[in-house]
Amino acid sequence: MGVGIEVTNLNAWYGANHTLQDINLNIPANHATALIGPSGCGKSTFVRCLNRMHETNPIARVTGTVRIGDLDIYKDAKPVEIRRRVGMVFQRPNPFPTMSIFDNVAAGLKLNGYNNRHALAEIVERSLKNSALWDEVKDDLKKKSGASLSGGQQQRLCIARALAVDPEVLLMDEPASALDPVSTSKIEDLIFQLKSQYTIVIVTHNMQQAARVAEKTGFFLNGRMVEFDSTHKIFTNPSDKRTEDYITGRFG
Amino acid sequence: MQVRANRVRSRIRALTDGAVTGLAILSTVLVIAPLVIIFGYLLYKGASSVNLDFFTQIPKPEGETGGGMANAIVGSAIVLAIASAIGVPMGIAGGIYLAEFGRGTRLATAVRFTADVLNGVPSIVMGVGVDGLIVRTHSVFIPFSGHFSAFSGGVALGIMMIPTVCRTTEEMLLMVPHAVREAALGLGVPNWRSVLSITVKTASPGIITGCMLAFARVAGETAPLIFTALGNSFWSTSLGRPIEALPLQIWIYATSPYDDQHRLAWAGALVLIALIVVAVSLVRYVTSRGVLKGAS
Repeated sequence: MGVGIEVTNLNAWYGANHTLQDINLNIPANHATALIGPSGCGKSTFVRCLNRMHETNPIARVTGTVRIGDLDIYKDAKPVEIRRRVGMVFQRPNPFPTMSIFDNVAAGLKLNGYNNRHALAEIVERSLKNSALWDEVKDDLKKKSGASLSGGQQQRLCIARALAVDPEVLLMDEPASALDPVSTSKIEDLIFQLKSQYTIVIVTHNMQQAARVAEKTGFFLNGRMVEFDSTHKIFTNPSDKRTEDYITGRFG
Repeated sequence: MQVRANRVRSRIRALTDGAVTGLAILSTVLVIAPLVIIFGYLLYKGASSVNLDFFTQIPKPEGETGGGMANAIVGSAIVLAIASAIGVPMGIAGGIYLAEFGRGTRLATAVRFTADVLNGVPSIVMGVGVDGLIVRTHSVFIPFSGHFSAFSGGVALGIMMIPTVCRTTEEMLLMVPHAVREAALGLGVPNWRSVLSITVKTASPGIITGCMLAFARVAGETAPLIFTALGNSFWSTSLGRPIEALPLQIWIYATSPYDDQHRLAWAGALVLIALIVVAVSLVRYVTSRGVLKGAS
């Protein structure tokens, strides 16, 4: 089951660059929440703060509190533990090139020392079914490399890989921006199905996509969160002038 | 007028195209020619002396005909095994440090510089160095020290392998896309595990090529062995005693006054090259079986 995310006074820096300023926000459990905004507004940095991927860059720094369920992720846990609970799908599909489809999905568990072969096979099957890829790959799970799939299939493989470690939250950083329209619609269908089980946070450049998949939408601009409300409200009657300018295409 | 000018221009274009293509082919031939000529000459001179005796017999005393290089072949294998056991793990570990853990640190800069300098050290100097370090040192802490030995020869060649393996490993690791590392970290895999199981594995074809290059290079080295492995006309598989190696044997026979030994030297050179090709192909075959097709 998914859990909610509570962000309080979150600030982030890359070197001297203050990329996120005083973000406060509550992301509801088992819903899809979209983050929109022009390039460089901090939305990607924001999701990377939610699983502490931000820290893999040595010049990055964060202050503030992020609670995922009951867990204060900057106080109570190590980054690796958080990343197992908060899965991530990246902008470009990034399967492990030397691994088979099966091993790609099993990677998160295997690399963390989980070796029950029977259970692994079950988890891989379930994850691939959850990511709507099973029917396309079930015959060559161990024969084909993850890199031999098409771009859209690779992205669903990456989603399956993230699901296999059984996270509570799924972060998606522009998951469809490198894909063709058919693959994009598959990913969107998938988000629709997955949100009953996971809390989903999706960063997107595509406002229609946000409107299609998310119940809540946040608008970021210049490192601040301008507005956070139900998607319907953001796209029909935003409270802030800047949000309206952005969604009507006056800038960005 | 216009039509004619166009025709002339297209003739010129076709000629230029032909000339450049011809030049490229010529360069390719020039690149391959030395290898083909050397290998052909070795075959011509040495093939007739490569027979069963060559692989099963040890050298006959001077003046007697026949005999083989069995001891040198086995000796080379032993010395190269020691060299690889030292050079490959140290080189790979060093490369991993340079590319993954020490990026931007002073130590990494120093290690990289040292490796490059070590790469340029003449092989004879390496032989003299190990000679002083092991052969002429009497210490309980250094195995087989105080005399010529197969071990010291292996150490000399192993040290020569380190810089090549280290630097290629580093370069290959740096070629692994950042996205692949992020994917592993995003799954909650600890950094050390991600480096060993994902990054190194992804770069492994390139790393293996680096190891093979280093291996092939030292397999033909004579100079570092003169002061260390020394050479031995008899059977020996002991790490602590002088041992024969193919390049040493070739050198000694090629500079001897006897025709029969010259022929054996040619055969030895041919066999040395053939064995290197076989060893490299074998490692490639074995290591490529585990890697799936379609992987880049």
